[in-house]
Amino acid sequence: MQTQLANTTVDVNEEGYLTNFAQWTPAVAEAIAKDLNITLTPRHWEVITYLQNEYKNDSPLSIRKIGKSGVVDIKEFYQLFPNAPLKAATKIAGIPKPASCI
Amino acid sequence: MNEFNGEVRKMMIILSKATLENVYAAFVLANGARMEGIEAEMFFTFFGLEAIHKGKLEHLHTATVGNPALHMPTLLGGLPGVEALATNMMKKEMEKIDMPDVLEFLDILKASGVKLWACKLAMEMFHYKKEDMYDDLDGVITVGDFYKQGSGLGTHMLFV
Repeated sequence: MQTQLANTTVDVNEEGYLTNFAQWTPAVAEAIAKDLNITLTPRHWEVITYLQNEYKNDSPLSIRKIGKSGVVDIKEFYQLFPNAPLKAATKIAGIPKPASCI
Repeated sequence: MNEFNGEVRKMMIILSKATLENVYAAFVLANGARMEGIEAEMFFTFFGLEAIHKGKLEHLHTATVGNPALHMPTLLGGLPGVEALATNMMKKEMEKIDMPDVLEFLDILKASGVKLWACKLAMEMFHYKKEDMYDDLDGVITVGDFYKQGSGLGTHMLFV
């Protein structure tokens, strides 16, 4: 399905995750973040960039891995993206929701 | 199921056993709750205390006797070394799926905002002191205190 984000039409799944990463722009990220009540700071952007690079490398994401990334520790990750951090951060980054239990 | 349309807001997980598979099940459930934005607290009681006992948490075992899922004859499971072997095999498999060891898992839970409580009664029964336990423990509390922690709508309790 399609939706309007930051004045552009993007393809999303039923949970609101972008299905075509090529349609992602920083403005789209801002719009998704606003929806989640998150204001993006430079720290958020560092994490988003890291997640996108991992995605491009086909590297599966987990909380443990984020903690070992050297980019952000788990505590800060939860502070930056409150509630469900991995779900929120990947949504903003325009990449699929990780199917991870740890 | 009327409260919040049955939505889970908080998981109160009680761990009463120290076999590796039970400890991991409880940890994964607590961590998984936090990953979904659900609050989580853990209460370690009876043998579950071993999972937060500094001298023991690195030596937890998989049970080879009385564990029919291993499909091992009970007699064999009781032989010296068999339990250690099964435990090593299990730990290797867990490392393959990126499962942290017990201490690292406790650190992850703590960093994720899971509250970790030790049962006062069981601590006294086993003669454990707070200094013996995981450093970032939130406290040693009674059952009543734990129930109080879990008060509010949308709380679920789970006994492992």
